[in-house]
Amino acid sequence: MRLSSFTMTSALGAGLDPTLAALRALRGGIARKRWETVDFETCVGEVGGLDTRAVRADLAAFDCRNNRLAQLGLEQDGFAHAVRAAVERYGRERIGVFLGTSTSGILSSEIAYRHRDSASGALPADHDYRNTHNAFSVADFVRRYFDLRGPACVVSTACSSSAKVFGSAQRMLESHLIDAAIVGGVDSLCLTTLYGFNSLQLVSADPCKPFDARRDGISIGEGAAFALVESAAHAAPGDITLTGIGESSDAHHMSSPHPEGLGARSAMQAALRMARLQASDIDYINLHGTATPSNDAAEHKAVTHVFGTQTPCSSTKGHTGHALGAAGGVEAIICALALQNDFAPGGIGTEELDSRLPCRYLLANVDRPMRHALSNSFGFGGSNCSLVLSKVPA
Amino acid sequence: MSSLQIHVDGMSLFGPGLSGWAHASEVLRGRTALTLAPTQLPPAAALPPAERRRVGLPIKLALALGFEAARHAGADPARLATVFSSTAGDCDNCHALLETLASDDRAVSPTRFHNSVHNAPAGYWSIAAACMEPSTSLCAYDATFVAGLLEATTQALASGQPCLLLAFDTAYPEPLYALRPIPYALGVAMVLNPVKTVKARASLALNLCHAAATSMPEPDLEALRTGIPAARSLPLMQSLAQGTGAIAVIEYLDSLNLAIEVRS
Repeated sequence: MRLSSFTMTSALGAGLDPTLAALRALRGGIARKRWETVDFETCVGEVGGLDTRAVRADLAAFDCRNNRLAQLGLEQDGFAHAVRAAVERYGRERIGVFLGTSTSGILSSEIAYRHRDSASGALPADHDYRNTHNAFSVADFVRRYFDLRGPACVVSTACSSSAKVFGSAQRMLESHLIDAAIVGGVDSLCLTTLYGFNSLQLVSADPCKPFDARRDGISIGEGAAFALVESAAHAAPGDITLTGIGESSDAHHMSSPHPEGLGARSAMQAALRMARLQASDIDYINLHGTATPSNDAAEHKAVTHVFGTQTPCSSTKGHTGHALGAAGGVEAIICALALQNDFAPGGIGTEELDSRLPCRYLLANVDRPMRHALSNSFGFGGSNCSLVLSKVPA
Repeated sequence: MSSLQIHVDGMSLFGPGLSGWAHASEVLRGRTALTLAPTQLPPAAALPPAERRRVGLPIKLALALGFEAARHAGADPARLATVFSSTAGDCDNCHALLETLASDDRAVSPTRFHNSVHNAPAGYWSIAAACMEPSTSLCAYDATFVAGLLEATTQALASGQPCLLLAFDTAYPEPLYALRPIPYALGVAMVLNPVKTVKARASLALNLCHAAATSMPEPDLEALRTGIPAARSLPLMQSLAQGTGAIAVIEYLDSLNLAIEVRS
C-alpha cells in the first residue's frame, strides 16, 4: 500500500518541514505549563494556536479542539490537494476514511458538565455531543471536509488506534471496497487523560525520558497525522509504502503491559512476516517508548527477543510527548520522513540510558541509507500494533 | 464491484426481552412475542474475581455475546480475531468521570480511567477468553454495525481465519441521555468464516448500495432498530433466524447502505 501523500502536526509544528527541522536539530516541543483549568503544573506537548482557530464555517457543528487540530493537520503539505486529486481519479464513493482517536472531542463534554443547568441538570443547549464528543466525530468531520461518500469508521483502541487504521484500509483495499483511503489519527489534550494518567501515577513531573535509567512516566501530547493510501501497484522509486502490519492482544491486564512483552513480540513478528522481511532487514525501530518504567522494560524484552540488541532504535515521544490515539499515525509519518531523508532519528529527553535495557538506542541522529523502518504502538487493554514502512528502491 | 462472500458459523443476540440467540430467534421468527424489559445478562463468570468487580454493563454484554456466538459456532474463543463495534464506550463510567472532572475534587479513580477507553470490552474479553489474536474496536455513530461487519468480514477474508464480530450499545444516564437517547442495552455477535465448512449456518453476500434500509414489520422491533445503532442489524438477524433466502438492506452512512443476501 503506497502512502501517496502524508502530513503530521504536533508540538513540533504544523506540517512536515518544522517536524523534520526539529528531528534534525534534536529539538522537542514539550513544555511545562498549567493547561486549561488543570490545577497542577504538568509537561505537555501542546499544538499551539488551536484556541483561536475555529473549523470551517460550513462545518461549525463539529467545532471542538480535536476537530480544529484535524483541520490544521489537513491543511498542511498539500494533503488536501492530493485528496481532491484522488476524488477526481476514483470518485467520492471509492475513498474510505479510517482514523484513530482515543478521546475525540470529549473536552467539549468536560466543559459542558461545568455548565449544567442548576435546576434540571441539563447540558447547555449548544453542546453538540454527536459532532464533538462521540468517537466517530473526527472521521465524520474529515469525510465531510472533502465531501467523501465511501466507507468510514474510527478505530479507538487507546494508544494503538492510529496504527491499526492502516490495517483497516489495507484490508478494504484488498477487498476492492475502496480505491484509496485517508488514514491517520487525531487526539488532543483533555482533562480525562491529564487527570486519568495522573491517577495511575504514570505522568512524569519533567519532560519524559524514554529508556532513561531514571525515567518516571509519560508526557502527554497531542497531534494529527494523515496519509492518503492507495494500492502499491502505483508506487514509484522513492515512494513510501506500508509493507507490513502486525496486530495482537496481550490478554494480560487493562493498563499494564505483559511483563515479558509477549503480545508486542507477536505483533512485530507478524508485521515482519507480512512484509516478507527478516529482522536484520529493519534499519530503524521507532519504539512505543512511553518512558514509564514498566512499558519500556516490557518493550525492550520484546524488541531484543525479535531483533537482538543491534538494530538502531529510539522513541520520539521525547520530541512530541505521547499523542495517545494519534501516536501510531504520528510515528508512522516520522518513519516515512526518516526513510525519505535517509537518517535514523535520535531520541531526546534521555540523559542516561538504562543499563538494564541494553539495545542500540540512539541519542543522536545517524545518517545512513534507509530502506525499512518498524514502528511500535501499544495501548491500554493490551492492544498491540506494529507497522513496517519501506522505501521503494530506485 | 463483486460482492464480499462470508459464512456465518454462529450467532448471539441479547437485548430487551431478547435473552440469547435461542430465545431471540424465536421472537424474530414471530413465534414468541417481544416483551420489552431491561436487558438480562448472564454473570461475567469467565473473568477473574478482581476484574469481575470492576466491569460495567457493556463489558458484561460483550462477554455474554462473544461466548454465546463462539459456542454456537463450535469455535475456540481463544483462537478468534475480534472486532468490537460500539457507538460509545462504557456510558455510565464516562458520565461518572465527567461529573468528577466538573467537581471541586477532580481526583478520578484509576479503574474508571482505564475502563474509559473504547476498547475496554476488548481488553476484558482478551483476558476472559485468553485470546491473544488481533482485535480492533470501532465507532461509526449510527453506522456502527455495518462498520463492524465490513471490518470483520475484510479481516476474515484477508487472514483466511474466522473473525468474531461483536456490535453492542448501552445507554448514557442523564444529562447525556437527552442528547443520545438509546433506550436499551442491545448487542449482536457472529462468527464469520471466510471458508464454507460444515459449521456454516448461513452464507452472506455483501454489497454496498443505495437501496432503502429494510425495516422490521413488528413496531417494537422497528423502534429498537431505529433507536439503537447495534439494532440496525435486526433485519439481518431476522433473516438468519428464519433461515430462508432473503436480502436485508442495513443502514450505514448517509445514503450508503449495505445489501446482504442471506443464503442457507
